[in-house]
Amino acid sequence: MHNTQTVFYEQFDDRTQQHEASSLGMWIFLATEIMFFGAVFTAYTVYRNLYTVAFETGSHLLNTPIGAFNTAVLIGSSLTMALAVHAAQTGKRKRLIAFLISTMILGGVFVGIKFFLEWTHDYHEGLAPGLHWTYAGPQSSHVAMFFVFYFVLTGIHATHMVVGEGIMAVLLVMAWRGKFSPERYNPVEMFGLYWHFVDIVWIFLFPLLYLLGAHF
Amino acid sequence: MSEHVAPLKLYFFVFISLLVLTLLTWRIAYIDLGRWNTVVMLVIAACKATLVGTFFMHLRWSASMVRLVLFAAIFWLVIMITLTIGDFFSRNKVSDAHPWQASTEVSQPLATATQR
Repeated sequence: MHNTQTVFYEQFDDRTQQHEASSLGMWIFLATEIMFFGAVFTAYTVYRNLYTVAFETGSHLLNTPIGAFNTAVLIGSSLTMALAVHAAQTGKRKRLIAFLISTMILGGVFVGIKFFLEWTHDYHEGLAPGLHWTYAGPQSSHVAMFFVFYFVLTGIHATHMVVGEGIMAVLLVMAWRGKFSPERYNPVEMFGLYWHFVDIVWIFLFPLLYLLGAHF
Repeated sequence: MSEHVAPLKLYFFVFISLLVLTLLTWRIAYIDLGRWNTVVMLVIAACKATLVGTFFMHLRWSASMVRLVLFAAIFWLVIMITLTIGDFFSRNKVSDAHPWQASTEVSQPLATATQR
């Protein structure tokens, strides 16, 4: 405890209070994120109940194994993120760097699969409402509504992941320069909360989009 | 204690549980359970979210203030979803589509009363 200045800022009584303050702030941000995604989920619920068959038909056109694989990739990236926070807490700089890089790679694999294997494929199949829509089955306009939700929900989710990759790049530089220690690792832990939140959103998106029409 | 350092073994256990639940929800989706498919899916998703929140997001060791924020967010989300659904799916449930027109005789005295 030779340098107490770096341990906590002057407005806090102690480290526990400082840590609670940043957790609280981050969770309030996540609460606004819950409402943000929640609004789209609410709209999805209404339309799905209005056009039940069309939504199941639309869901059936998605590639379920790819969706399941991506779910596993994202859960893996959540694990490496939790391990990165653990490494930061215990002051293991090399492990922190290694786990941040693996989280970035897994996140990149997820977004890459999303973009190159799914969205591009859907576009060429004529399943992109407003851009390239050639689906000629029954209730075509209602199936299009499912794909609007699919692109909006996976789109804002992937945007969150790209933002996360950017923040992780900053954390990586900070970790490289040795900015984190067992006394000061709040940025890593708060980013971890964000990353796990994005994982939870996907945990709900996967069944609601991909598994809805799997049974027929 | 908010700055709890969880044992590594726990993180791997949570990871394996999440993978098992993913596999489970994926395989169950191919069995036709009617409307129960959605229920099972959402219950499994809620379990997975709880696992991530409790252990990966350290809620197990968080201050109660932090948990309160999460509770408030979920509570408001439930209000938004239930009231919206309640509105949308009760609109055509009233047997008389235009109740205000059917009751003209009853409201007649009121109408004349306001004229005076």
